[in-house]
Amino acid sequence: MANIPQKVVHKYLRHNKKFPHVWCPGCSNGTTLGSIIRAIAELNYDRDGITMVSGIGCSSRMPVYVDFNTLHTLHGRALPFATGIKMTKPEQKVIVITGDGDATAIGGNHFIHACRRNIDMTAIVLNNNIYGMTGGQYSPTTPTGDRATTSPYGNIDPVFDICELAMAAGATFVARTTAFHAIETQSIIKDALEHKGFSVVEVVSSCPVIYGRLNKKGDGPEMMKYMRDNSVPLKATEKMTPEQLEGKIVRGIFKRVEKQEYCEAYAGLVAKFQNKEEAKK
Amino acid sequence: MTKEKKEQVVKKEKKEQAVENLQEEEVILEDNRKVVLMQGNEAVARGALAAGLDFYAGYPITPSTEIAEILSEELPKIGGKFIQMEDEIASICAIIGASLAGAKAMTATSGPGFSLMQEGIGFAKATETPCVVVDVQRGGVSTGLPTKPSQGDIMQSKWGSHGDNPAIVLYPHTVKECYELAIRAINLSEKYRTCVTLLLDEVLGHMREAVRLPDISNVRIINRLRPTVPPEWYKHYDENQKYLSPVASYGEGYRFHVTGLAHDSQGFPTNKANEVAAQMKRLKRKITHNIRDLVQIESYMMEDANIAIFAVGICARSAKAAIKAAREDGIQVGLLRPITIWPFPDDAVRKMLRDVDIIIVPELNEGQLITELHRLTKDKADGKIIPIQRSDGEMITPTHILRVIKEAH
Ligand SMILES: Cc1ncc(C[n+]2csc(CCOP(=O)(O)OP(=O)(O)O)c2C)c(N)n1
Ligand code: SF4
Repeated sequence: MANIPQKVVHKYLRHNKKFPHVWCPGCSNGTTLGSIIRAIAELNYDRDGITMVSGIGCSSRMPVYVDFNTLHTLHGRALPFATGIKMTKPEQKVIVITGDGDATAIGGNHFIHACRRNIDMTAIVLNNNIYGMTGGQYSPTTPTGDRATTSPYGNIDPVFDICELAMAAGATFVARTTAFHAIETQSIIKDALEHKGFSVVEVVSSCPVIYGRLNKKGDGPEMMKYMRDNSVPLKATEKMTPEQLEGKIVRGIFKRVEKQEYCEAYAGLVAKFQNKEEAKK
Repeated sequence: MTKEKKEQVVKKEKKEQAVENLQEEEVILEDNRKVVLMQGNEAVARGALAAGLDFYAGYPITPSTEIAEILSEELPKIGGKFIQMEDEIASICAIIGASLAGAKAMTATSGPGFSLMQEGIGFAKATETPCVVVDVQRGGVSTGLPTKPSQGDIMQSKWGSHGDNPAIVLYPHTVKECYELAIRAINLSEKYRTCVTLLLDEVLGHMREAVRLPDISNVRIINRLRPTVPPEWYKHYDENQKYLSPVASYGEGYRFHVTGLAHDSQGFPTNKANEVAAQMKRLKRKITHNIRDLVQIESYMMEDANIAIFAVGICARSAKAAIKAAREDGIQVGLLRPITIWPFPDDAVRKMLRDVDIIIVPELNEGQLITELHRLTKDKADGKIIPIQRSDGEMITPTHILRVIKEAH
């Protein structure tokens, strides 16, 4: 038999029309898409039962490539669109793909309120520390002092910690991983997808073409190596001093709790009326 | 008790009384129609429910809030969904999401919220996603006059969102029409796969009057066309189907893509001029090819009129009162009232411009409707078209219109 290439991802990608993709060579977005697809494949979800929603940005271009129900929305607004979908079809697995700017700048309000409601969906935040799509302006996660096209003298803004923000706002599953740790990302996303409630997975990502170049972080592989060498699993941090932790990306699941899920709470409200109707009969 | 609390208690009591009155006043007619005392905002909510509303998302704002309050009470009873979002941007986005998942969805707001919703409205139109936005207009610019009337959003309801995005906008002038046009707005949104706007005047939203509700079993309810082809054949924007193509919902096996980027017939982003042109043509043609279905006007005492009043909403009511009085003095005056304001009733207006000597245009803004008349005629300067404009939060009274009629006569 001829040697036909067969990869898990092929089952989930749209082959018609949509390739090549828009991402630059060396960008980590494709690696993360691979992790997401493999997580879904492992869970053996039905493609019809998945809706993938995104905002605007390089990362938010992801849904067009996958063979699910897909929606590419407005900058920052993926979560309210997803909320409408989830409430209407609670049986759908809703996955939201968003960037650091998309989720925490223009969409910051929606982000904290989705966390607060604990509506059952998984938000995957691809944090590349920059506005990639518009050519490299600083975002709420651009490290203070770093360069962007709008911070030519170094960024003076303090940063958001996306996981801290999500936990404080009430998300019930919060984790961080990096694009380099593709297998770990796959496993964490699997857990997030299986979690009932609002789950946030921050994937520390690389934008070598803009952020990397402006801040002399090297090319794609260099930036991947950086993630490998400068991140630590949550467990390992127990034995580390604050000095040792300085500048390190901590990876792992920070929060995982059970709490009333929003659509279930709503279903409870509706059930009250139905029970009353039945009692009348 | 603080003053504020007292006011709240009084308000609540008043509300309870109103509900009681409403029940007392409800009379079922022999032909199954009901006569009820109803507020304009309530009529919008009840009309939407009658049209099959499944989903409402909104953010409170005077003078539209009653719509949300009523739907928060009614929707859970029928298994529908209600959610108060964090702002108006989230509200419009949530209803679009709900609609893509198959729901008949609506939101309601007023000026400041309507401004915030514009990007989402453009998205709904570009992606041809059915939904309804109710804008109960308030007075003034910016925060303006929350409890005063104006008709200042007439142009915004057409041009508010960037880019060319043809609009369908309906404008009731009685509480009964609020009910009927809420049904029609949802019907048209489903049929034409677009965001339909219902514009109300503040006074109409808050006005109570007796309404004969239609027998709902006789009212035509339109549901969007569903695809009859297998998923492999499905195109979310099927060019072969002219301008009204079937539409699938998420989660039903079709796995289509939706984007606000310019897209091809499958919904995938495109930069190709011919594909972009096809999308733009479709958005435009589905309106321009269906003008007869979309445009509704009321022609009131126009048969023998040599003076016409051209007005919408609450101004049309003042006009009707003025016309009755003028007719008693033997003045031949009538009213042309667009019920659909966008697309604009060009043909009816051209006819009016030919048929009468004088046109009086009372409107609660600084000249938005009148601009459209100027577009359709060359005789702007000869005093044929007389404006009456107010933008101070007060009404244009029948007396005022009558005076202008008499001066023009
Ligand atoms: C309302 C609005 N404002 C601004 C933009 C322009 N814009 C497009 S993408 C983007 C930033 C994206 O950055 P991020 O969310 O971090 O995603 P990335 O491209 O880095 O993946 C901006 C500002 C827009 N599309 N819409
Ligand atoms: S600009 Fe940066 S984030 Fe965007 S595709 Fe290129 S490398 Fe990736």
